[in-house]
Amino acid sequence: MANHIRSLRSAESDFHPKRFRRARIVYNGDMTVTILFFASVAEALGLRKLVVPVQPNDTVGTVRDRLTADYPALARFVPNLLYALDEEYVRPSSPIGGGATLALIPPVSGGC
Amino acid sequence: MLIRVTADELDAAEAVASVANPGAGAINVFHGVVRNTNKGRGVSHLVYEAYGAMAEKEMRTIAEEARDRFALIDCAVFHRTGRLEIGETSLLIAVSCAHRVASFEGCHWLVDQIKKRVPVWKKEVWDDGEEWIEGPEALGMQQAPASLR
Repeated sequence: MANHIRSLRSAESDFHPKRFRRARIVYNGDMTVTILFFASVAEALGLRKLVVPVQPNDTVGTVRDRLTADYPALARFVPNLLYALDEEYVRPSSPIGGGATLALIPPVSGGC
Repeated sequence: MLIRVTADELDAAEAVASVANPGAGAINVFHGVVRNTNKGRGVSHLVYEAYGAMAEKEMRTIAEEARDRFALIDCAVFHRTGRLEIGETSLLIAVSCAHRVASFEGCHWLVDQIKKRVPVWKKEVWDDGEEWIEGPEALGMQQAPASLR
């Protein structure tokens, strides 16, 4: 909780859209994240996109864990998933704030 | 650098023209093509899906790194999405370079990196079923770099 308050306070004291984006904290009242699903995961869940609430101190991993509780079909994919936040690969421990887009990336198979 | 994820047919002439340069002694072109079998099973066709915006970003990052590593003059990377028939090109790479050896090496490295980390997936469709393929070269959590663990 302390971390969350600190990030919001520093964001407020230095209001600049680009800074907010970099800090992945968007102070616009949007406390949701958009989750994108692809390929095998999208088919298994019957879902391509979902908007879910985000909580203070959430990380990619905590959002994923709540999602897995709601959608048990996700569980078998989790060991091999990578994660992208706003189109960049991130660790599961990365903080996630309102307004972000989280993509769940099953093992890729592009090319040929 | 021309980078593109598209549902349209890939045009090798366009890729070559985009990397042409008076300083180039070699232009190397790679076509990744849909094959009619995989692991002994007859393939009817493939369906490619991409996280388009991120795929283009990753392809650009990889292309920039290839340019620096192999002293490429320029490169073009196209990936196709949607339904592809046997013999069609799914991945098209063209690199231009002062000398031939680096053009082969750069092209080879680009293909390998693309298969590792560009968010594109393929589904194999057989006569009697279908399956999303998990690329053996893909970065999964087990062999993900430390920065993603």
